[in-house]
Amino acid sequence: MANSGAEKLKLYSYWRSSCAHRVRIALALKGLDYEYIPVNLIKGDQFDPDFKQINPMGTVPALVDGDVVINDSFAIIMYLDEKYPEPPLLPRDIHKRAVNYQAMSIVLSGIQPHQNLAVIRYIEEKINAEEKTAWVNNAITKGFTALEKLLVNCAGKHATGDEIYLADLFLAPQIHGAINRFQINMEPYPTLAKCYESYNELPSFQNALPEKQPDAPSTI
Amino acid sequence: MVWFGFFSKQNKVIGEEETHNNRRNLRRRRTNSLLIVFDFYQAKLKLYSYWRSSCAHRVRIALTLKGLNYEYVPVNLLKGDQSDPDFKKINPMGTVPALVDGDVVINDSFAIIMYLDDKYPEPPLLPSDLHKRAVNYQATSIVMCGIQPHQNMALFRYLEEKINAEEKTAWITNAITKGFTAFENLLVSCAGKYATGDEVYLADLFLAPQIHAAFNRFQINMEPYPTLAKFHESYNELPAFQNAVPENQPDTPSTI
Repeated sequence: MANSGAEKLKLYSYWRSSCAHRVRIALALKGLDYEYIPVNLIKGDQFDPDFKQINPMGTVPALVDGDVVINDSFAIIMYLDEKYPEPPLLPRDIHKRAVNYQAMSIVLSGIQPHQNLAVIRYIEEKINAEEKTAWVNNAITKGFTALEKLLVNCAGKHATGDEIYLADLFLAPQIHGAINRFQINMEPYPTLAKCYESYNELPSFQNALPEKQPDAPSTI
Repeated sequence: MVWFGFFSKQNKVIGEEETHNNRRNLRRRRTNSLLIVFDFYQAKLKLYSYWRSSCAHRVRIALTLKGLNYEYVPVNLLKGDQSDPDFKKINPMGTVPALVDGDVVINDSFAIIMYLDDKYPEPPLLPSDLHKRAVNYQATSIVMCGIQPHQNMALFRYLEEKINAEEKTAWITNAITKGFTAFENLLVSCAGKYATGDEVYLADLFLAPQIHAAFNRFQINMEPYPTLAKFHESYNELPAFQNAVPENQPDTPSTI
């Protein structure tokens, strides 16, 4: 393990959280040992005062590294990449780095905020379930269309070439959620579908899947 | 020209290690001359922007901090310029900002800012300390995914149309309140004159437009957020920040 001997990392996670999923991939890629601490978002564990001390925003994931506490999947991933540089999560070429940042941002700010639990509960409560589904589908469609256009000319085996980079860590959970939770048809997005297939062959991606987490319900 | 610029950078590094002062100074003068020539012939950066877009605002600050000249290309979001086929070729998502740097087109404010920081490293937009860098990334993310997506024009229109104007206001106010509370918690122990110390970093580029909008567009009461209010005052003293504010852009309506 890359961090054997050091105080164990702790990851506050929810099995189905796509944000936590990203970090789980990063930890596995870097070969980092960690303690998995489940936060059940359906039951409301995120409002627990002890958890609010870790993350005042009451979201997962959160990473504890000794005295350092980092909330937010992107910040955690960048911190891990800077502290444990191998394998690197960003390419050296500045244009390819920019493509990775763009892909990350499309997911982080263009898609995921419109499909998280708080938002979908709000829309269902204030309007109705059909509107909620339409809203989420629209966000995913717009985002996947943008990702397809962004990556079609620079994808290789994976999103931005033949190595795994930042974009892949954000794509994999997003596509997994789209297929398994929101029943999105991937036919209009062949580049994304091909990337997703490529992750099936990688243990670090497979081990990070929601279904394989300690808090995944036995009934799924 | 790109090779020329790269060669110059290498020369500069070698020159600085030379112990002979004359040779070092001569190389520095040659390097500076080469870089000036490089800059002169470099295609001008183009920024597709809307005066009121907080995302474009962030990039405007970055460009000014780095001392970079650019052509301002306005995209009127109210009139629907973002749906124009020509603009859709630049950015299929139909959002601003977008940066064109020769053959390179980058959409998304964060990607643009990191690209600028990679390509033009001075002044650096991230500190060297690992933990402070993480704080900058967290602050950035709070804005990018915790606040701004819940206050953009598409969502305004959707909430107002499907529910009503009061619900829209409540939603946005809630997003800003949650986000600003998170900022106060995150930054209170590491802030200096600015968000993460006495130098301007990435977090400030994301905070400044957010706080500006909270004051000027959403009438948020800043009393519960004394750390953020203090930053707002600090940014008001910096030309790079003042030049980037919505009210000072070429496409700012004369009636505001």
